[in-house]
Amino acid sequence: MERIPILRMGEFLLVTIQVDMHDQLALRLQDDLTRAIEKNGAKGVLIDISALEMVDSFMGRMIADISGMARILDAQTVLVGMQPAVAITLVELGLSLPGVATALNVERGMTWLRRTLNASGDDDHIINR
Amino acid sequence: MTTSSTGELPLRNEHDIVLGRQSVRHMAQQQGFSLVDQTKMVTAASELARNTVIYGGGGTLKWAMLQEGSRRGLRLTFEDHGPGIPNLELALTDGWSSGSGLGLGLTGSRRLVNEFEIASTVGVGTRVIITRWK
Repeated sequence: MERIPILRMGEFLLVTIQVDMHDQLALRLQDDLTRAIEKNGAKGVLIDISALEMVDSFMGRMIADISGMARILDAQTVLVGMQPAVAITLVELGLSLPGVATALNVERGMTWLRRTLNASGDDDHIINR
Repeated sequence: MTTSSTGELPLRNEHDIVLGRQSVRHMAQQQGFSLVDQTKMVTAASELARNTVIYGGGGTLKWAMLQEGSRRGLRLTFEDHGPGIPNLELALTDGWSSGSGLGLGLTGSRRLVNEFEIASTVGVGTRVIITRWK
């Protein structure tokens, strides 16, 4: 069965989407990722979409849902690497991904995650959005 | 206006949506679209192809590469023989959705193209035609 790999890096999970996803694959990722957060006690999730040449409303909603589900499971999500043409199109489509933290690249995303976790203390998280 | 090339692709399932948008990307590139214009056309196609598959119960994507004077364009027609849309005006309202989408499929894709036409008859089907010029 086709799957998007989820890598563990300390207390973070790293997902790099490199294929043009069909809808079931996107939903499977949502399922796999929430399980992985629970199993690993992950505090942060970084989703790298730098290889994606388009994000439509279905994928956008999937990403927003993942971010919301992760927050309920006490993990922060950051979406990184969106191509400028994708950002322009998404906003024009009407999807500005409210509530989803974003960063320009993986490095800045990791910095954001670390800072967010440090700011919120070890166990007692503050929802800052 | 002349049409240099036309064709048709089936839209029966999710994999056809992926194939459809890859084909649209390729055609937009051939027509010399900028990266942003390619992305807009591919995204609009993805939204409409999903509507055809999910709400229309499957259908077809017809494409035509256009030339009008010095400008080039791409026209896509999404056609299904599904239940049709009872209230088109409502369906074209931002935020409206009949299914699991965000209600962005029709209104969002309309914003991403230069020309947008829709015809739908209850019990007969739906046809959406979009055109984007370079």
